Amino acid sequence: MARKLPMYLAISEAIAQEMERDPSVFVMGEDVGAYGGIFGATNGLLQKFGPEMVKDTPISESAFFGAALGAASKGMRPIAELMFVDFFGVAMDQIYNHIAKAHYMSNGQVKMPIVITTAIGGGYSDAAQHSQCLYALFAHVPGLKIVIPSNSYDAKGLMISSIRDDNPVMYFFHKGLMGLGWMPSPEEAAVDVPEEPYTIPIGKANIVKEGKDLTIVTISRMVYEALWAAKELEKDGISAEVIDLRTLVPLDKETVISSVKKTGRLLVVDEDYLSYGMTGEIIASVVEQNEVSLKTPPARIAYPDVPVPYSRVLEKFVLPDKDKIIQKVKTMF
Amino acid sequence: MAEISNEILLEMYKKMYMIRTYEETLGAIYYEGKTPAFDISKGPIPGELHLSSGQESSAVGICRHLRPEDAVVGTHRANHFAIAKGVDLRKMTAEIFGKATGLSRGKGGHMHLFDTNVNFSCSGIVGASFPQATGVGIAAKMQGKDYVAVAVGGDGAANQGTFHESLNLAAAWKLPVIFVIEDNGWAISVPKNVSTSIDRNTERAKGYGIPGVYVDGEDVIAVYEVAKEAVERARRGEGPSLIEVRVYRFRGHFEGDPQLYRPKEDLEEAKSRDPLTKLQNKLLERHIVDEAKLTAIKKEIEDEIKSIIDFARESPYPEPQEALENVFHRG
Repeated sequence: MARKLPMYLAISEAIAQEMERDPSVFVMGEDVGAYGGIFGATNGLLQKFGPEMVKDTPISESAFFGAALGAASKGMRPIAELMFVDFFGVAMDQIYNHIAKAHYMSNGQVKMPIVITTAIGGGYSDAAQHSQCLYALFAHVPGLKIVIPSNSYDAKGLMISSIRDDNPVMYFFHKGLMGLGWMPSPEEAAVDVPEEPYTIPIGKANIVKEGKDLTIVTISRMVYEALWAAKELEKDGISAEVIDLRTLVPLDKETVISSVKKTGRLLVVDEDYLSYGMTGEIIASVVEQNEVSLKTPPARIAYPDVPVPYSRVLEKFVLPDKDKIIQKVKTMF
Repeated sequence: MAEISNEILLEMYKKMYMIRTYEETLGAIYYEGKTPAFDISKGPIPGELHLSSGQESSAVGICRHLRPEDAVVGTHRANHFAIAKGVDLRKMTAEIFGKATGLSRGKGGHMHLFDTNVNFSCSGIVGASFPQATGVGIAAKMQGKDYVAVAVGGDGAANQGTFHESLNLAAAWKLPVIFVIEDNGWAISVPKNVSTSIDRNTERAKGYGIPGVYVDGEDVIAVYEVAKEAVERARRGEGPSLIEVRVYRFRGHFEGDPQLYRPKEDLEEAKSRDPLTKLQNKLLERHIVDEAKLTAIKKEIEDEIKSIIDFARESPYPEPQEALENVFHRG
């Protein structure tokens, strides 16, 4: 039986079902207990599983991410949440030097079945330290799988896959997709979600709209900006295919390349920073294949290389959106 | 110890009343455009807003001893320290409204207030203040000056590595830093007794060989006295101190926080220990002011805040393309 769920409830349901199935799965992080996660990802878990399984931590991120590693080394499957991705600087060593590398450095002796969850994204004036995406920082480091769902169906299936994965997975949810009520969120992000557990493979992109003239590759909340743009572009006779990558590591290059082979045009749209990021990576992955011939140079839209400004007018100017996508696409024809 | 003068008491009362009125005014404006359905992105003050009502005494009692060249590094909840330190309140308010007349022309926002004229800054990252104030202490020592630095953090921040690393570094190098923990009992929804292994963070000062004093912020005079000693010690070059002030969070962690985690009695207890009421009663008891004078003082402050709010509301927004400026210094 499926019912329409906002993303935050799809995520917390996935975690609850996995905790019921596997007693080694537990949750820790700031405000994950009584509050249920500031963005609702652990909604109701404390009431269901108690404070031993759903641990409210001190504001000691190096300690609780490092502790996730230690617990995982003894067979536990921790889910560790840190409220905003912007906060990760305080705990990076345990993540990028240890959690990401332990499997490799031990030549496979240790495994790290850890899920790290966090909120990303701006658009509501939360300024430079609470609005970033930053997933490319983590995708850059070998050893971390990167999952970024755009709707509640994917969110549940990908969360279950993340928990069952024996590798560290960073699971990013966009605040502006969670369906929280108090934060703007596209209605389309809340879709039908089966009650029973199911998985979605990590590393498989989703073609969310088929088209023949242009491929728009994107992820997270920008999927909707791309879809809204594609709808308007239809009126101008431009048929855009929209690909939701869903995961950055592993990256589903095949789906992207076969789409670009069909359309001959590539635009990558990203809410993360422009330079050294997802847009450059996708374009390089396509053009380095000799088999793809493009009708126009590949194009990209991303957050320009500036910190996120606070004032609404400033943020709107730099945040990628439907209008910026339409404008860019029109230069490609 | 010399008795605190009536003049200082009255001055501290005015600051505290200004902070309280300011915070409650912003708190009301924040919900404009956000009712009946609360939407964080709407209204004249979008984004998050963390207000300091109830915590005025720590800022006022400490900053009374500071000069413009002394630095204060605040937290995400910094309005009270900004006001007590003397940040330009018109510009600060315009910043919070995202206007071109703001401290940072709308780029920073309420968690990122910078006023170099009075050496004030703050951050949205928990525990970020401690090492930064420590660095100000290094500069003072290297330059042979007697300015001091104040780092502010909540009780939750005392569990950050930066807190412990900075206490040790400042103690080992005898730096002129005053570490202030505002203990409001809550790290968002997590009570201090769940997150922290001891009752008082000042116990931790012993581990770093520095003075640590716990003080109840219900009484601003007590805060003033404790801070006086710490600031003077720092100025004399005798090293850092840790002060933990028991303060009372009157509002949610952020505006819009439903506070379902918070027992009703906790909020009632907080409100029953209002440092502003306590000081006001003292002023009346000691005949420093009478009711008529008090009313006039309040009116004057309320009028000033009203004019500041009008200024912020009427100010223009920045030009959108200014978003691209000031990533790097040019010159």
